[in-house]
Amino acid sequence: MSTTQELVAPPAPAGWKRALGKARSNPTTAVGVVICIIIMAAAILAPWVAPYDPADQDIFNRLQPPSAEFWLGTDQFGRDILSRLMWGGRISLTVSLGAIFAAAIIGGAIGLISGYIGGRFDLFVMQVMDVLLSFPSLILGLIVVALLGPELINLVVAIALTAIAPFARVARAPTMALKERAFVEAGRALGFSHTRVLFRHILPNIMSEVMVMGTLWLATAVRVEASLSFIGLGVKPPTATWGGMTRDGFENILDAPWLAVFPGLAILFLVLGLNMVGDGLRDATDPKLRNE
Amino acid sequence: MTGFVLRRLLAAVPTLIAVLTLVFIIVRIVPGDPALVILGDQATPEAIAALRTRLGLDRSLWAQYFSFITSALVGDFGVSMVTGRSIMAEVGAVLPHTIDLTLASMIFGIVIGVPVGIWAALHRNGVVDVAARVLSLLGLSFPVFVSGIFLLLAFSLHWRWFPVIGSADLSDYGDRLHKLVLPTVALGLVMAAYITRVTRSAMLQSLGEDYIRTARAKGVPWRRVVWVHGLRNASIPIVTVVGLYVGILLGNSVLTEIVFNRPGLGKIIVGALNQRDYTMLQGLMVIYCFLIVVVNLITDLLYGVIDPRVKAE
Amino acid sequence: MTAPVLIVEGLRKHFVAKKGFPKPRTIRVRAVEDISFTIHAGEAFGLVGESGCGKSTAARALLRLIEPDAGTVTWKGENVLTAKGAALKALRRRMQIVFQDPYSSLDPRQSIGSALMEPMHVHGLAEGQEARRRAGALLEEVGLPPAALDRFPHEFSGGQRQRIGIARALTVEPELIVADEPVSALDVSVQAQVLLLMQDLRKRRGLSFLFVSHDLSVVRWFCDRVAVMYLGRIVEEGPAGRVLANPMHPYAQMLRDASPVPDPARRGVLPRIIGEIPSAANPPPGCPFHPRCVHAMPQCSQVMPGWTLAAGDNQGGVACHLHG
Ligand SMILES: Nc1ncnc2c1ncn2[C@@H]1O[C@H](COP(=O)(O)OP(=O)(O)OP(=O)(O)O)[C@@H](O)[C@H]1O
Ligand code: SF4
Ligand SMILES: [Mg+2]
Repeated sequence: MSTTQELVAPPAPAGWKRALGKARSNPTTAVGVVICIIIMAAAILAPWVAPYDPADQDIFNRLQPPSAEFWLGTDQFGRDILSRLMWGGRISLTVSLGAIFAAAIIGGAIGLISGYIGGRFDLFVMQVMDVLLSFPSLILGLIVVALLGPELINLVVAIALTAIAPFARVARAPTMALKERAFVEAGRALGFSHTRVLFRHILPNIMSEVMVMGTLWLATAVRVEASLSFIGLGVKPPTATWGGMTRDGFENILDAPWLAVFPGLAILFLVLGLNMVGDGLRDATDPKLRNE
Repeated sequence: MTGFVLRRLLAAVPTLIAVLTLVFIIVRIVPGDPALVILGDQATPEAIAALRTRLGLDRSLWAQYFSFITSALVGDFGVSMVTGRSIMAEVGAVLPHTIDLTLASMIFGIVIGVPVGIWAALHRNGVVDVAARVLSLLGLSFPVFVSGIFLLLAFSLHWRWFPVIGSADLSDYGDRLHKLVLPTVALGLVMAAYITRVTRSAMLQSLGEDYIRTARAKGVPWRRVVWVHGLRNASIPIVTVVGLYVGILLGNSVLTEIVFNRPGLGKIIVGALNQRDYTMLQGLMVIYCFLIVVVNLITDLLYGVIDPRVKAE
Repeated sequence: MTAPVLIVEGLRKHFVAKKGFPKPRTIRVRAVEDISFTIHAGEAFGLVGESGCGKSTAARALLRLIEPDAGTVTWKGENVLTAKGAALKALRRRMQIVFQDPYSSLDPRQSIGSALMEPMHVHGLAEGQEARRRAGALLEEVGLPPAALDRFPHEFSGGQRQRIGIARALTVEPELIVADEPVSALDVSVQAQVLLLMQDLRKRRGLSFLFVSHDLSVVRWFCDRVAVMYLGRIVEEGPAGRVLANPMHPYAQMLRDASPVPDPARRGVLPRIIGEIPSAANPPPGCPFHPRCVHAMPQCSQVMPGWTLAAGDNQGGVACHLHG
């Protein structure tokens, strides 16, 4: 039997790697990655590289404009804006990453299980998700934080709650398509349990969709966290948060406009960077666009 | 058509009840005892008991749920715990401002987004298309309060074209419009960006369909093909996004109202949060639900107008 | 004659769907109405019929990949349809399936080695190096180099994937393989190789086969016995040589006459048969074949023909009033 003569299909990298490769060649994504890395590095390294202590008040240097000493100026208590921005980034990223991580796991599991089981159960679950989805995330987050109290963990809960439904939807659609594929039936025939089929065979195949969604929703989470802090429902002062700093700056906008501009720009850049990455990844993994 | 409208109206009732149930869970069950939340840890047991009676919290959860749903469905949104005024009256007083802003932002988003999206689709990968893609990504990334503050800094403080204080006299239409410009741009930016993207991809898709190619081959003028056939098909996703975004506009108007110091639903909600006005919050959530369900209903009806097949189904 | 391994009796599977809004109508697709047959040890049993007659549904139902509505399936005296938990898992080891579409039958994110070792792990047959050694040996047995263990499905051609699918079925040392049109999705040039491989395995390992196919010439070459299905029922059954050369049932005769003789270019193409295939959602009364039957008699549209044994020993039988 001449099996060696059967041509081996040209090796193509597996889906996720291919998507990454394709995304890397897209200039928008590349710029997005650079933006995200710079901001994340600044936030992670804040304790070591921030020029000042973010809480140090200096009554002789209040409301200083940007200078060689204070690169981005100081606020009404004389605290260094750059240092506070770096520390504030930690809060933004912690809350957003935590919330999206939780939402991806909970929402992803709901979508996976609901899509796999199907039938009336699926119909019911998706109706509940639609209801959750129909609520504006900011209002939902607002109420939940207001009721639970403005603690970091509650912010994570509130933002996660607003993002569960979209993750459930994103996980469900490919699950429903995958469960019809023969390899799922083959697994059952081989005596695999539903749990094994679901988590060992279907889950790895929907990961790329969920991860793309994760980057896009990370951007939304950063925005919602900043908005909540701006409204005054973020992590309590004196902890630096970008939204809270924007709010403080806004209250001094006539005297020191840079106070509001710099944190605003920080939020904008992080959201933009994440959107650029998510967009590139989505284009690269979207089967409809793949053949273009 | 009447039958279609009636069917959709009836179908909206279960949705409404479901959303109200969610509100009940969030407001009543998630935080534990609202009386404790309102009064804080230091409150005496007597004060808590009194408040519980006043808010009807001493009844069974089912009884509370039932009366919550029934009164909401007949349009009774309750009374503010703090001012004692009817929530409907408080909201009614500021609703015109919120509706002004929401509608204006929606129109802004459509007026900018649809033509730019079509233009970009027709000149795919051209300069306009690339610019539209980059700029829409940027617009999408603006938190409303950031765009609001930037606009305020530039156009009110630097150039002084627009007032800083945003509350307008409702009967003076010129003033009302003038004060609406900046908030509208701030709030409508994200919507314009989204609509641009959706229009672009929907147009690209619909222009690629077979029958469009057929129409072209048959000699139907290109202009007509684009506007009549292309846009008709693209309009379903556009309407979907607009419908979805009205909810987001309503949510984001909280931020716009703070930045531009405008009265509105958002201002009330923040006020209620600060004063722990529990009944007000609950009533506001219910009102948001109604607004969103109504918007979804209008979206559905628009589908029927755009695409007769939806109605027949 | 060897002992029976698999006995299927009165198997039935209907699909129910609700369609239409606001007044939903219930549509019942009678994919498998009433099927009985027996497979003996080492025997290859063919199942033929037009597209949509319920072959795949029957195969999946008897393996409990979908739950049948009625009937009994017995594996060596053990009731398959009532088995639960560990007993069902043990039964699953005995019967394996090879699918038609080699592209969707392998998990795209799982390496070949892992796909072959996972069933061994699940059934506690082998772990670690021993499992890997067995997996490599299985690959060799199906004609692939052991180096394929660390590759992923997309690196293989359709024919190679089908070999991998067969190797995976063999990991649990089954006694019966259900092959649902195992070669019809493959290039004609590759079909023969895969068929030869299965024939080889069958002889070497003494496997029994339930072989589902459109292709009468392949069935005739591969199978000992064959059943002809029509609208969810078996209309004729018997030794492959007899049924395919001298069919008794008018439908089987039609299949034979429409079948393109050894032209390999048309293999796997459904023979064109006169008349429209009636829908399994709305089967005609009496003999289900009567609207298309050239021999139809008045009683055919009213009375369902019973099962008549063919003359001779072990020559099978037929369901037709002509032979009643
Ligand atoms: N999951 C399902 N839900 C509803 N109907 C189904 C389902 N699976 C199969 N059917 C229907 O049952 C009938 C028999 O299908 P089946 O796949 O068993 O036919 P088949 O003989 O294998 O055909 P083919 O040769 O095309 O594979 C068809 O009418 C099919 O549409
Ligand atoms: S029973 Fe009648 S209709 Fe059916 S196959 Fe025989 S002759 Fe034809
Ligand atoms: Mg089939």
